[in-house]
Amino acid sequence: MWRRLGEQLQSGWKVIVVLIPFIWLLLFFLAPFFMVLKISLAESVIASPPFKPLLQWVSDSAVSINIVFDNFLFIWEDSLYLDTYLNSIKISLISTILCLIIGYPIAYAIVRATPTAKNVFLLMVILPFWTSFLLRVYAWMGLLADQGTINNLLIWLGIIDEPIRMLYTEFAVYVGIVYTYLPFMILPLYANMEKLDINLLEAAADLGAKPMMTFLTVTLPLTVPGIIAGSLLVFIPATGEYVIPDLLGGGNVLMIGRVLYSEFNANTDWPVASAVAIVLLFLLVLPMMLYQHIQSRESES
Amino acid sequence: MAKKRSTFLLTMLSFGMAFLYIPMILLIIYSFNKNKIVPIWGGFSTKWYKVLFESEEIWQATALSLKIALVNATFAMLLGTLAGLALVRFGRFKGRTVFTGMITAPLVMPEVITGLSLLLLFITMQDLIGWPAQRGFTTITIAHITFSMAYVAVIIQSRLAGMGQDLEEAAQDLGAKPFRVLLDITFPLLAPGMLAGWLLAFTLSLDDLVIASFTTGPGSNTLPILIYSRVRLGLKPDINALATIIIVAVTIGVVIFGWLMLRQQKQRERDMHMAGQD
Repeated sequence: MWRRLGEQLQSGWKVIVVLIPFIWLLLFFLAPFFMVLKISLAESVIASPPFKPLLQWVSDSAVSINIVFDNFLFIWEDSLYLDTYLNSIKISLISTILCLIIGYPIAYAIVRATPTAKNVFLLMVILPFWTSFLLRVYAWMGLLADQGTINNLLIWLGIIDEPIRMLYTEFAVYVGIVYTYLPFMILPLYANMEKLDINLLEAAADLGAKPMMTFLTVTLPLTVPGIIAGSLLVFIPATGEYVIPDLLGGGNVLMIGRVLYSEFNANTDWPVASAVAIVLLFLLVLPMMLYQHIQSRESES
Repeated sequence: MAKKRSTFLLTMLSFGMAFLYIPMILLIIYSFNKNKIVPIWGGFSTKWYKVLFESEEIWQATALSLKIALVNATFAMLLGTLAGLALVRFGRFKGRTVFTGMITAPLVMPEVITGLSLLLLFITMQDLIGWPAQRGFTTITIAHITFSMAYVAVIIQSRLAGMGQDLEEAAQDLGAKPFRVLLDITFPLLAPGMLAGWLLAFTLSLDDLVIASFTTGPGSNTLPILIYSRVRLGLKPDINALATIIIVAVTIGVVIFGWLMLRQQKQRERDMHMAGQD
């Protein structure tokens, strides 16, 4: 019997290897999406659960179908939601550009460093990623508060008399996103730049190109894959960010992740929360597919 | 001209590192502040550590978080390794596109969507089959495994792509059956990648707030959920003490891990060099 089992294992193990993770993802990744889609089309009621079933047996032979697009219409017609989506994309886009401007020279400096320094700096970029995200956001509450470190320092230096309001403003949200997502920009850029052929830069220099010229015509075009990968890794999650706008923006900064969360928890309007999620997913599906495309091309090469 | 540019790079590098580290250093400094108002220095004290250690809530939340992280890391490592293997070594198979999509999507999926969708699934399942009867340890762990395994799969994928198939082919040529090759050759070679994946899954789980908030039930507070509920209302010195402990522990771990990797890399370079001389 054991031998039979062994033989079956020999021939069938590949199927098992694929099936186990496949079934898991089908159950806990794909199926939940259909749940969200389903509930976004349901009518909300004050009950538990707070929505009407899509199909309901009204008698033995008749089914009533309750599919409504009210939730999507509601989002479309209420300018608050529209503004929130636009504001999320704006904040996320500007943060991504800031991360790129700050991260690019840092990644380049790390690539150019001596081997030992390179390892130390890489470790320094990775380290914050392993410490708590939440606590790193919390750290900025202490820095930006009216009674916080930055205001205290500026008053002590005599630069300002009154504390500047920084916490619970859009500025604080930008600082928070750039701070927490910077390593996500630096690492793909670094990985890309490390593969850069130094001979090409020397060749350009030998042919008389000035450093600025070399950078614009050789380095920058060759690092485009890294720029795209890093930007997507910042832009996509930042758009749906919840913790940063909540802790650093207070109620003053509209971002869609926060609206979704409060729609679900405080208002217990699950159908609207689901519709908000579906629209957000719809907005992000193109950047997500682009990222996936880059990833699969990377792994194939 | 070249020198000028390198000064610019060095300045950016120093500013970047200062930007990354000053907030964390301040967090540590204020944890030793006697004053209750966090950013105003009132003298050195370790009383907030005492407050922290005496908090029953903190201990319970830490225990729950560690339990979830351990189970999550182990399952995510196994599932992620299988997924990585399937993606790199099995060529084209039916449903591969869907499979690849499901593996990489959690990496970039906004957490609020993952959290919401899993919660709706759990609630529906409870209605239909009575399971899960309550939300807490099990539901959070399932949610964590689902997104952590994607990270493990990516690590395994890049490791498999990097190591080539020479050894496996050699074993096969010598008569080993494919399943034997998997057990005796592929898995041992993958071990460092699996360890890295385990560690990553462990930290991702310990760190997660949003997905856990959605999938938890009454009474099950993970450490991030507890921290969040406290700091939402302002700065809390005992949370600074907790942050200090976490930062110090992670730093020690990362430095040791980095040092080991570096040593391994140097050893490999030496071996290559020796092999080249023969």
